[in-house]
Amino acid sequence: MLHRWFTAAAAIAICVPAFAQQAPDALVRQISGEVIEAAKADKAIQAGDVARISALVDTKVMPAVNFEVMTRSAVGPQWRGATPEQRAKLQTEFKALLLRVYSGALTQVKDQTVEVTRTQPVQGSTQVVVQSEVRGKGEPIKLDYRLDRFDDAWKIIDVNVGGIWLVQSYRSQFGQVLSSGGIDGLITRLVELNKGGKG
Amino acid sequence: MSLGRCATLLLAVALLAGGCASAPPAVGATDASGVATGAAAPAPRNPVDPWEPFNRRVSAFNDAVDDAVLRPLATAYRDYVPSPVRQGMGNLFGNLGDVWSMANHLLQGKLHSGLDMGMRVLTNTLFGLGGLLDPATEAGLQRRSEDFGQTLGRWGVGPGPYVVLPLLGPRTVRDSFGFVVDRQFDGSRLFDSEATSYAYTALELVYTRSELLATTSLLDQAALDRYTFVRDAYLARRLDQVYDGAPPLEIFDDTDAAPAANPPATPGAGRPPAPVVR
Repeated sequence: MLHRWFTAAAAIAICVPAFAQQAPDALVRQISGEVIEAAKADKAIQAGDVARISALVDTKVMPAVNFEVMTRSAVGPQWRGATPEQRAKLQTEFKALLLRVYSGALTQVKDQTVEVTRTQPVQGSTQVVVQSEVRGKGEPIKLDYRLDRFDDAWKIIDVNVGGIWLVQSYRSQFGQVLSSGGIDGLITRLVELNKGGKG
Repeated sequence: MSLGRCATLLLAVALLAGGCASAPPAVGATDASGVATGAAAPAPRNPVDPWEPFNRRVSAFNDAVDDAVLRPLATAYRDYVPSPVRQGMGNLFGNLGDVWSMANHLLQGKLHSGLDMGMRVLTNTLFGLGGLLDPATEAGLQRRSEDFGQTLGRWGVGPGPYVVLPLLGPRTVRDSFGFVVDRQFDGSRLFDSEATSYAYTALELVYTRSELLATTSLLDQAALDRYTFVRDAYLARRLDQVYDGAPPLEIFDDTDAAPAANPPATPGAGRPPAPVVR
């Protein structure tokens, strides 16, 4: 089932440039399908090979993500006062952090499938939430995506794993550091954290 | 002493201690940062966590117990017990737990999912060797766990302050009471002998911890401040569960020009759920 769908999705991906015009739920279905297939097929990904996972994320996931908005929302009001260099650095480090979290999660992928369950508008905005479930053994894991429309394309701006929105969580985590150390303090802290995780 | 009574006692102790710990700020606000680990930001008290100094101490204690006892046990369990056995154990615990989940679905008026859970239990008990196997999931009857804390939330009981209980970990006051009720209907109650019932609980604890090993190691990599990360994650997850996966969302309006329009919603401020369109 997923396989047939994957073939169809691949065909669509070749014909249609980028993700333009694609409905948000179709976009989510495509990305999660591709990522899960790739994780199942690739032993290096299952072993947590960060370089391989990074390549997978860059080709399959990042084109559908507005990472600047994600970082901006996680940083909060202080983003406005940040210089372009600081913003770039924040994005790099935040991406590295999320990548490590994501790598850990991908090593857990075995015989799961992803089922997109429903799509809901977010009141008072142009955003939608696409809800999906990772089904395998045991209780299904909730995996939701929050998307917004940018020009012609839907882009992911937050991800919810098991009831926890990532950007929202990091917004309060970052807030603590920002209130004492400012933007530079946050950058230092993120660099530190990203270094520590590799050892 | 039964486990339920033990939990009640722990809860009482925790609430008392919490009450004491919440007294100092009236005298001097410096107390708050005195206990904080690492992050010494003199941030204003989080309204959902008025007992933070106490909670941080209990967290540190729980982490120490976890490091010394529970995590090593769970790791050994994962590494030395063959996977099919662990799977079977998980299914057994799950099947007994599903009975109480079914009751909670029904208590919340969710007839359809309650019946689904009932079908799950029947299927797994009759066709899954008494719950050792899980044919229900294969048949499309997914497990949807519900506990009494969620039921209380659904009935409109607010979560109350966040509290970290000794050995039991993160809760809200509401969920602490929910937990006491949950224990009365736990699978361990099926056994006449107290020793067997304790053994069941201990085994279930080790099993549950072993399932969380990957999550907690991820947590160590992902958190800037482990305590607040766990707290916010716990509160967000519980709110999500009370709303059956569709809690109200906060909109971050941090465009480059305009100041943030929305004041941050208080996580965990569980009100009676808005109608959910399925």
